[in-house]
Amino acid sequence: MEYSYYPGCSLHSTGLEFGLSTRAVFEDLDIGLIELPGWNCCGASSAHALSHTLSLALPARNLSLAQDAGHHLVAPCAACFNRMKSADYTLRRDPAVRAEVEEIVGFQYTGQVTVRPVLAVLYEDYGVDAIAARVQRPLTGLNVVPYYGCLLVRPPKVTEFDDPDHPYVMSELLEAIGAEVLPWSYATECCGAGLSLSRSDVVQNLVGRLAMRAHEAGADALVTACPLCQVNLEMRQTSEPKIPSFYITELLGLALGLPQVGKWLSKHLIDPRPLIQSVGLIAE
Amino acid sequence: MSDNLALDTNRISGQDIQLCYHCHKCTAGCPVVDAMAYGPDQLLRMVALDERQAVLSSRDIWLCAGCYTCATRCPNDIDISAVMDALRQIALREGCPAGEKDALLFHQLFLSVVGKLGRSHEAAMLGLFKVLSDAPLMDDVGAGLGLFLRGKVPLLPQRSGAASEVRGIFHECRKADQSTD
Repeated sequence: MEYSYYPGCSLHSTGLEFGLSTRAVFEDLDIGLIELPGWNCCGASSAHALSHTLSLALPARNLSLAQDAGHHLVAPCAACFNRMKSADYTLRRDPAVRAEVEEIVGFQYTGQVTVRPVLAVLYEDYGVDAIAARVQRPLTGLNVVPYYGCLLVRPPKVTEFDDPDHPYVMSELLEAIGAEVLPWSYATECCGAGLSLSRSDVVQNLVGRLAMRAHEAGADALVTACPLCQVNLEMRQTSEPKIPSFYITELLGLALGLPQVGKWLSKHLIDPRPLIQSVGLIAE
Repeated sequence: MSDNLALDTNRISGQDIQLCYHCHKCTAGCPVVDAMAYGPDQLLRMVALDERQAVLSSRDIWLCAGCYTCATRCPNDIDISAVMDALRQIALREGCPAGEKDALLFHQLFLSVVGKLGRSHEAAMLGLFKVLSDAPLMDDVGAGLGLFLRGKVPLLPQRSGAASEVRGIFHECRKADQSTD
């Protein structure tokens, strides 16, 4: 199994440990990731707010690089995944727009590259049973709720992944590595996303509600697969005690017995290491 | 641009807002409706009624978080997130002051950094936002420092090898956007 890898800007900055843990887990599972040479920013939430053309052209350049590389494209960041998948959706269906974007970017769209989130590769390609068979250290006693946020699952006709109302992929993966997954109704609610800087009050309300509901569900932590969700959950909780969050790949790494886990967890603003230690899962 | 907001909105968004029968599901599910003046359902009605000034100067169009809850739940399959994007773009092209100034500033700073470097650069963007926005200067200093100390906001931008091509793409996109005005 080999894929092109698009880290996006976040995985080199605020989502550093998401990138590190993704690469380490994939390497351990023997899934090849080759970083797309010369990739550019996908435009995130800003390009589509200000220019429709730019919101297609920026991701299209990455699709063009992925076509040249000849592998399907893995984008861990939910926003990057959504923007590139969305551009692919439009280029596939609208010949006039495709022609315009091809002209701007200087490539020929072939439609042969599929954009995938990390969760889809692990669940659909590698398989839950195969992951369960690799577990060295089951996460017994760790009570969690899965938190997808928006852009991995919506709009479903674009994302073609999991189910926006009844998501199951993260739960099954977490159960396969021995974590206790608790039911809750907020797995695909919004964290406030890019409003974090301009309207931190709005984001504090949304994140506060997520933290409260996770707590009520009996969870000790949330599990994310999006660097923006993760940073909002860590930066915008205002009431104590703050509930920590993990990237799903960090918990996979922990269950696989990878030695680097402690280093990833030390990058969090809300330190999850006391929790890990309290359930006897030592992360040095 | 035409003299009818609904026509412009439909053209740019690729949606047909006249399909809305005001079931209110979009507004019921909107995570940021508390902070809005009208909410998505009422805003669609105002677009249909061509209340151009009120819509384009509203804070609502800048508060939309782009979560696609409305677009997913709309029984008539209107991508209301795309409608919000179109309204922002129209407001911007017509020089209508943003009803949520800092939201626009954030997008502009983000894109100006990407337009120069080919990739985002958090340290530059956060610094500029702090100086230029109305947000209190000392807010988030602790969290920013925490991120910095964990090596998460590198001071120097990455060299991507994409910068000059991306600058060209920005240039071409500006031309394409202007030609449709």
